[in-house]
Amino acid sequence: MVKCFLIHTLCPVSTLSAKESRILYCRVFEPMDQLSGMNTDIIPEEKRLLEKEKLATIARQVQSTCSLWREARGQPSVEPVLGEEARALEEADSGMLRLPVGDPFPEEHFLLWLGVHALGFSMVCQADDNLLLAEGTLRSLASHCLESLRLLAPGSEVLLKSDRIEALLHHLVPHGQLLFINHRFAQSLDKELTACMAK
Amino acid sequence: MYAQGTESLIKQAREINDEELVKFYGRISKLLLNKDYGNETVDSLQRLHLIVSATKYGRRLPSDLLEKLQALLCSPGSSEQLQVLSSSILREGLPLSVAKLPIKDLQDSRTTSYVASVILAQAKSKAELAELSHHLLKAVEIRQPDVQVCRHTLPILSAAIRSSPDVLMEDHVNLVNRKLVDWLRYASNQQGASMSTGGFFMGPRARQPAPMNEVDGAVAGDFFTVLCVGQSYTEDQWMNMYAFSMLRKWLRTYDIEENSGSGADDRSEVDGSVMSMVSATSSSSRLLPPKERLREKAFEYCQRLVEQSDRKAVKKADTELQKACLVEAVTIMNIICKEDPSFVYRAFPCIKALYSRLSGDLAFSRVLLPIAQFYLNHSETAAVDSEAVFRQLFSSFPAELFNEPMLAFEFVQFCRTNMAVLQESMPLYGQSFPNLLKVSPRPSVPLVSPTPPCCHGNHNLCLCRKFLAWNSPALVSEYMELLPSLLAPSTAIELLHSLLDLPCLAAVLDLQLRSASYAASEKTLWDSGGSKAPSSLDAFRQPHYRGMFLYILRPEAGTGDTIDRLRMLHDILADMVESPRVVQCAQTVPVLLHVYFHTVAQFADDKLINQLVLVLLERSSLLMDIKNYQTEVQRVFSSHLLALCKLHPSLIMEQSRELLDMAGSTINIYQKEELYTHVVWAIGEYLSLSHDARCTVEHITSSFETLEAVLFEITQVRQSASAPRFSPRLVTVLMTTLAKLASRSQDLIPRVSLFLSKMHSFTCSAPVVACYSEEDREAIVTRAHELVNLLKLPNVAQFVLTPSASGDTPRWHRDTNASLPFAMRALSGLLPKHNTFLTG
Repeated sequence: MVKCFLIHTLCPVSTLSAKESRILYCRVFEPMDQLSGMNTDIIPEEKRLLEKEKLATIARQVQSTCSLWREARGQPSVEPVLGEEARALEEADSGMLRLPVGDPFPEEHFLLWLGVHALGFSMVCQADDNLLLAEGTLRSLASHCLESLRLLAPGSEVLLKSDRIEALLHHLVPHGQLLFINHRFAQSLDKELTACMAK
Repeated sequence: MYAQGTESLIKQAREINDEELVKFYGRISKLLLNKDYGNETVDSLQRLHLIVSATKYGRRLPSDLLEKLQALLCSPGSSEQLQVLSSSILREGLPLSVAKLPIKDLQDSRTTSYVASVILAQAKSKAELAELSHHLLKAVEIRQPDVQVCRHTLPILSAAIRSSPDVLMEDHVNLVNRKLVDWLRYASNQQGASMSTGGFFMGPRARQPAPMNEVDGAVAGDFFTVLCVGQSYTEDQWMNMYAFSMLRKWLRTYDIEENSGSGADDRSEVDGSVMSMVSATSSSSRLLPPKERLREKAFEYCQRLVEQSDRKAVKKADTELQKACLVEAVTIMNIICKEDPSFVYRAFPCIKALYSRLSGDLAFSRVLLPIAQFYLNHSETAAVDSEAVFRQLFSSFPAELFNEPMLAFEFVQFCRTNMAVLQESMPLYGQSFPNLLKVSPRPSVPLVSPTPPCCHGNHNLCLCRKFLAWNSPALVSEYMELLPSLLAPSTAIELLHSLLDLPCLAAVLDLQLRSASYAASEKTLWDSGGSKAPSSLDAFRQPHYRGMFLYILRPEAGTGDTIDRLRMLHDILADMVESPRVVQCAQTVPVLLHVYFHTVAQFADDKLINQLVLVLLERSSLLMDIKNYQTEVQRVFSSHLLALCKLHPSLIMEQSRELLDMAGSTINIYQKEELYTHVVWAIGEYLSLSHDARCTVEHITSSFETLEAVLFEITQVRQSASAPRFSPRLVTVLMTTLAKLASRSQDLIPRVSLFLSKMHSFTCSAPVVACYSEEDREAIVTRAHELVNLLKLPNVAQFVLTPSASGDTPRWHRDTNASLPFAMRALSGLLPKHNTFLTG
């Protein structure tokens, strides 16, 4: 089960310090704390604030890991070209991190990330998830996002058309469930998505 | 890509003022009231979503807007896009709106799913989740044609039980168990009719149903699974896919034998006997209780997936899915076998066949991990030999796939999860490998100081270094947990060398990869890039150095280490010291060294401690010349040298020759002052009769003379020539150590007193004045003065400078390098008490 999915920056942002990352989109599938262990008296505003801070931690972690990775790899990156999403995705940097117990979630989780030029796509999964499936799903989500929101071109669609990402997640990762979909299932879901977005 | 405009949009959304916001809310309310669902509404809702989600502080929506959004969400007539928007705004915005969502009245499957997403995100209590789950299950149970089963029922249930597993009663669990069996095993094997529109939950019947196909295009020969392809799918086939997707989670949550007493054992025996005769047919399994029946069907499903994965998929995406399915199938079989060991005998033929099919194919390397896990958990039960599996896992994986970060990560997680078991069964691997080691050619390196080949046990884990060397930053925290399990008395020394050589390994791995690409592109790549092949790469390709590189890349422990050759290797790799990968790797070494020493201190015996100290002294100057690397490693060495001395004070006597060699050479002061200072302090502290009965006056005198000569050289001979390149602390430590030694052999007191009295002139010399602050110079003079005064009373000096071993705790020495402050504090604490006694 996916706990959350994020799209965030990997490049320096003028209004943020060098090590911070701007979260452009996030979807949390599961409350950050389990109900059983949750303090029900906690004010919704505080809960939300805590949740957002945890997401920011994750984005920062991915940003620093990705920059170290890119530094070690040592190849200069090429400028992104709109229309070449498939190639951008193929050349994307990727990796996994373990989020130990209590940092930032009460249970151990795995964090998968994909760095496409200045954008990071991150997904937090449960520790016993199928990581191979999760990796494929993350790539597929990133590919859909890049194409439908024209993320390789300068623009703000990622903020204004976030409902597209919502719909995408609702079909491809319903309620955080990773799906074993073969190419025919994927095509059917794509059709549904197109129908949803065409209106 | 990220643009400046995006940033200002976020700023606007965050800083929108209340007045504008109220107006905006009003406008949206009006649009929704008029049921205007055109572009303007969609655009406004998109902006509203940005406004509520762009800030980490919650935004409270006015109640009338909230109601309208809820109505929009719950109306089956709303377009999906509007439902997407309203559900996402409700999830992000405040106040919570779960209580008002009429989940019970919802009939439409799509709407139910979007409403559920809000409930799952905002539920405050189990009751709310339970209500949602029960509503969904009711629809599943009653099977009426006019009640749609929500296609997302299973993902929603999965999310609900993740938050709180006890939302489902036993009845519900049984119901789901039964339904899962139906969906998994008895989904239709015919293709659904292709739909012209994207009707979401219509279940059309095809007029001429075509059979499903396998991924390679053949007609499906057995029941439907996620690896069956067709033009379109029926509802039960969709449910099949959702059921398999949540199966692992479901079994992990609910397939647990509560009472693993004698009853469970009896039943498994019965099951086992049935299974061993024939594979269970559906008629026999129908008699089983729901939980056991699900296990049976799930097992069959996994077996079928394993079979289907042997087919060559037409589409690349399906090849990837096959791999993911294999991982899932093996993992599920593992779970089932854990709960009911009678399945182990049925599973092994399948798993074994799968292993022999995949073991040669590196493309399937990630599937081998769950297979290895299966072997680890069950090979003993089934008396199956697992050696080959683990040999491959620990040898070819890291050697050939070190630059696969995902595999590296999963591999290390595998080791981490099974740390205890692997550690326990390590002697087994150790016994199986010496032969292999004898056969494998040793590198033709003239070994100057070979260490005994005692490290066979760690042969396999020695290789994991490659993962670490290549992926240092990502894996360092994993290795911090893993390292203690890799350590054993027989492997400790070689592991220490391995850690210190880690940056070397990273450099050589880099060369190995580059050498391959260099050969492939025949120099053109390098020339066109304007860069010449670095000399290290040339060296890597020269047969002359081959043995040395092989040594660093060695797949086996126990080949010894060489001092001369290592230095040569460092020279060859000199052009790699600024490579980011090598630098990153070097930065992780000190952290791991700390873990290493903390662990080794727990089991090290006197012999090992002596060996470790020798390695510390030897390797402190035999490290790759990477920025800060030597300093950092020496700092770790210094702190742990003291810890080792404390564990085994006699090592000062046992290694006195090496320690004095180190302390007697002034060049060490300039190259590794930190470690040098600690060695000198340790000599002063532990070279005493109270720590080792073998300590004689001769030992003390020879140490004294060595250190005296050093202090003389740096303070009297060289100081006139140049500014001191050492810290004032070193001078005080040397002075104190000399005083300590003199207090234990009182003939030396006049010599040291005379020497200490000359320190004043040292601090007044021009280079020292220029280099040290006034405070430092004063501290040196004061210390000299104190020591001289103390040595005037030899008995007191002995008490102050050589505290008894029993009263020794490290905290007393934290501030300075002598026990003087403690003793003084203790004395001054006593004195006032005396006074009160006297007056009283």
